[in-house]
Amino acid sequence: MFDKILIANRGEIACRIIRTCRAHGIRTVAVYSDADVDAPHVEMADEAVHIGPPPARESYLAIDRIVAACRETGAQAVHPGYGFLSENPLFAEALEEAGIVFVGPPVPAIRAMGDKIESKRLAVEAGVPVVPGHADPVRTEAEALHIAREIGFPVMIKAAAGGGGKGMRIARTPDELRAGLALARGEAASAFGDDRVFIEKYIEEPRHVEIQILADGHGRVVHLGERECSIQRRHQKVIEEAPSPLLDAATRRAMGECAVALARRVGYRSAGTVEFVVDRDRNFYFLEMNTRLQVEHPVTELVTGRDLVWDMIRIAAGEPLGFRQEDVRLDGWAVEARVYAEDPARGFLPSTGRLVRYREPAGEGIRVDAGVVEGSEVTLFYDPMIAKVIAHGRDRGEALDRLAEALDAYVIRGPRHNLVFLRAVLDHPRFRAGRLSTGFVAEAFGARFAGLDPDPARMRLLAGVAALMGWRERVRALAISGRLPGVRVEPERAWVVCAGEDRHAVTVEADDEAGSRLVVDGEPLALRLDWVPGRLRAVVETGGRRLHLQVDPVVEGYRIAHGGAELELLVRTRRAAEYADRMPPKPKRDTSGEVRAPMPGLVVSVTVVEGQEVEPGHELLVLEAMKMQNVLRAERGGRVVRLHVEPGAAVAADQLLLELG
Amino acid sequence: MQDILEELERRRRRARLGGGERRIAAQHARGKLTARERIELLLDPGSFEEVDMFVEHRCTDFGMADQRIPGDGVVTGQGTINGRPVFVFSQDFTVFGGSLSEAHAEKICKIMDRAMRVGAPVIGLNDSGGARIQEGVASLAGYAEVFQRNVLASGVVPQISVVMGPCAGGAVYSPAMTDFIFMVRDTSYMFVTGPDVVRTVTNEVVTHEELGGADTHTRRSGVADLAFDNDVQALHEVRRFFDFLPLNNREEPPVRPTFDDPFREEPSLDTLVPADPSKPYDMMEVILKVVDEGDFFELQKDYAKNIIIGFGRIEGRTVGIVANQPMVLAGCLDIASSVKAARFVRFCDCFNIPIVTFVDVPGFLPGTAQEHGGIIKHGAKLLFAYAEATVPKVTVITRKAYGGAYDVMSSKHLRGDVNYAWPTAEIAVMGPKGAVEIIFRDEKDDPEKIARREREYRERFANPFVAARRGFVDDIVMPHGTRRRIVQSLRWLRRKRVDNPWKKHSNIPL
Repeated sequence: MFDKILIANRGEIACRIIRTCRAHGIRTVAVYSDADVDAPHVEMADEAVHIGPPPARESYLAIDRIVAACRETGAQAVHPGYGFLSENPLFAEALEEAGIVFVGPPVPAIRAMGDKIESKRLAVEAGVPVVPGHADPVRTEAEALHIAREIGFPVMIKAAAGGGGKGMRIARTPDELRAGLALARGEAASAFGDDRVFIEKYIEEPRHVEIQILADGHGRVVHLGERECSIQRRHQKVIEEAPSPLLDAATRRAMGECAVALARRVGYRSAGTVEFVVDRDRNFYFLEMNTRLQVEHPVTELVTGRDLVWDMIRIAAGEPLGFRQEDVRLDGWAVEARVYAEDPARGFLPSTGRLVRYREPAGEGIRVDAGVVEGSEVTLFYDPMIAKVIAHGRDRGEALDRLAEALDAYVIRGPRHNLVFLRAVLDHPRFRAGRLSTGFVAEAFGARFAGLDPDPARMRLLAGVAALMGWRERVRALAISGRLPGVRVEPERAWVVCAGEDRHAVTVEADDEAGSRLVVDGEPLALRLDWVPGRLRAVVETGGRRLHLQVDPVVEGYRIAHGGAELELLVRTRRAAEYADRMPPKPKRDTSGEVRAPMPGLVVSVTVVEGQEVEPGHELLVLEAMKMQNVLRAERGGRVVRLHVEPGAAVAADQLLLELG
Repeated sequence: MQDILEELERRRRRARLGGGERRIAAQHARGKLTARERIELLLDPGSFEEVDMFVEHRCTDFGMADQRIPGDGVVTGQGTINGRPVFVFSQDFTVFGGSLSEAHAEKICKIMDRAMRVGAPVIGLNDSGGARIQEGVASLAGYAEVFQRNVLASGVVPQISVVMGPCAGGAVYSPAMTDFIFMVRDTSYMFVTGPDVVRTVTNEVVTHEELGGADTHTRRSGVADLAFDNDVQALHEVRRFFDFLPLNNREEPPVRPTFDDPFREEPSLDTLVPADPSKPYDMMEVILKVVDEGDFFELQKDYAKNIIIGFGRIEGRTVGIVANQPMVLAGCLDIASSVKAARFVRFCDCFNIPIVTFVDVPGFLPGTAQEHGGIIKHGAKLLFAYAEATVPKVTVITRKAYGGAYDVMSSKHLRGDVNYAWPTAEIAVMGPKGAVEIIFRDEKDDPEKIARREREYRERFANPFVAARRGFVDDIVMPHGTRRRIVQSLRWLRRKRVDNPWKKHSNIPL
């Protein structure tokens, strides 16, 4: 076994690998860029080596610097985590040359599976079903159209060197194909330095199911069951679970056998994942094989009881796997939610910033894999994932309930995040029923998500809680020094909670050690609320349930997030509410013509000119951020009155780009 | 007797109706509450005691003899906010457009005099078309009487103006002399000469809103402290604001229970200041993590954003916070920020409110605009204000404290009581780059040498130790323990007594 392992990664996965190493007495070396000087993974490791400036190309992707760091520290092996150099054969080769063990598969396997076209060919050879399509990169638009007509629309355009949804586009019509081809190529070129793309059949109502395999260097290959990762936005997974609600034992076995066959065909060693797309009739087709640890590996760990990182290290050290396929048992259900710094209200575009307030949830069956602490910075340089919350339960319902509570209790302030969105997914009836597809998010929520409307009972509860908070602030305010002698001001008991146009009448009848008694919209409500002014998280106990709320003060009230809803509730005295309603509502300033940068980035191209008339949905400009090309479209029709940016301009989030008149 | 009581009730009803139902409806339609509705929302329920309800004007010219409305366009009296006393006048736009007559002015003066006698703050709710033209010079005299009282009350009791409608011409000078001005968006404006005169005289075409609306005065002119969306919100926030203020200059600031831990540690502050001295960070985070419950009432937040001012509480007691904001103009002091902070420091000093200053200042903003605008005198105001202040002064240098700006920002030399520095502090005459270019002018063509010199200078001065060795900072503190250190300092300083030499008044460089 190794004495010292270097982790060529950052963030949560680096922390997670360090934890396993530490549990087994292996010393660890972290590497870090200038942006990560204060990062937890640097703190956690026994040693840390600085490897360069923030851009990944000059640090976490700089093979020579990482090899040098190994030499400098005497690390015998490198765990690459996921992303960065984890599937880069040049890196594995460089380590091999330096006599350092790569904790991952052999170079030929990485190479073969790293090329989508080659991997498909090998899958066919191994008897694994594949999606109909054309295996060669398309060169011209005409060729693309020809292939698309041959296999039939809709088709998917994919980057040959792709992954993570980058350089991927769906086309349902020849027009979309033409547009998608250019965008996919541009994205592929900037993300992978390789603009080759190919075209294949797009499966309707597809589900993403993948098989985790482990192969040792002694000829044993086993699979650890599947993970379903159909809940995606922008072609990236956000919620994953094991097992899949779709599979039956026979399909599971068949898919597992296919995965094992493919692994054997490429001489695989280490942990790997074979991804399939599965249609509603449980027909499955090979998509690709990931020759690394997956982001979502914890759900497999929780249901199998294995530590995949430790298995990878043991295999890399030449140890046999030590168990057989028959020994693999699945226990209960596990669900993972990826917490991202992103803005669901703006089509899930990445967000950045310092985690001004940060507190992780805890509880039975809850695991949080994070690589941040309060004060950490989410930067544009790296993936905007903040953490993963994984819940384990006896069955799917229990796992989902636990996850839901953990997401409600998670305190994150600073960058925008997707906690409220994730929580809303968990409560969606279709999700609960397990009727998933990779189009679920778009079908259930559209392109943007701005919070659910709570049902009437939940709304009454939240209104009651808001009024109770207002009441407590009022009681405290009345305890101020300097009051006139003999004057006794009673705090108002009757409140009106305004949620947009809605009004809820709340009376606070009692609030003491025995709990709080309210009347909300004429109905009694008994609860216990642990909130005092200044708290960002509150727990409400009512009707035998414990609910977690996020609370932020706003002028005249509170913003409360809970259960997939995020509401701004004004808490007014009855009189203030009555007077407010005597005045006409103020007309909102029309900002629909302002097109602002949804996130910081670079203007790649401007499609329109000043004075041009555009229809709703017309492409205005292309903004590149986080290596993704984002097309900004007109939300309404109008004339381009002013253009504020030119191609090549670096823009800040919220910067005004152009105005429609 | 019964007749008299009935007559009284009839007269009260009449007075409460102000300008009548039609005008009240018009007031509402404009998005404004009436004078009395505003008072009801401002004060504790049932606490308002009105005076001079039956006062009428004495004008007989231009048919005014037939037009008398009891109260004469302003509602005055006293009441409580969370049990604490306050005097209020609320102009009634439904009565003669809230215009100021001699009698109207007398009513305001009466409650101001009372406020001075008993030591309670005055809140004015302004909604007035201006002078009662029919009264001519009597109306002007009325304004001056109010102005005189504003001045005499200044520094004795806090005065707050809430501009909730028009406030034009000479009328603006009453709010201008009070301590704080709040405005309501879309329904209030303040200017000395209105759009019509402006157009006639200068040919400039400008709307009321652009010339003197809430956004103009909170963003461009700095005349107003805050703007609110509507009357209800404004009055709610004025109540919250009032709770930070002492009743008068002989009393301590108010105390109220807090749910916060005085020794709360904030580990994340240890990573707030970036390693790269040219990178900004948000000073607001320091403030929010230091004050009780993260509750900070910021003033002038849209004006001169390179400095932050406002009230917070430490252990339930009001403190005034002044902080450079590195996110804007690198936190440099300029004309606007100096004046903004100077006035705030002086308010705190008037009313016994301890001042906590967070410093990250690379110097004064260079340029002709600043020099020609008189930065010398305006910068001196802040220096003067800090130097003159005798309230407890606790200062925390988080990063840069360069040059004259270091001296200005509540330094030890200006009688700073407790001056702390974070380990990231750099207290020096200027930044390493500029310093080296001057000291080693001969070597400026040799980038290698310059770089070495810069390194030397950085090691020598870009740290808190040089200042600490001389006692200019009392201690170097870890950022996570900042709140604890401030709490302890303020506890010790609670009994601080310092008097300036006797004088009629100082001569601040206006």
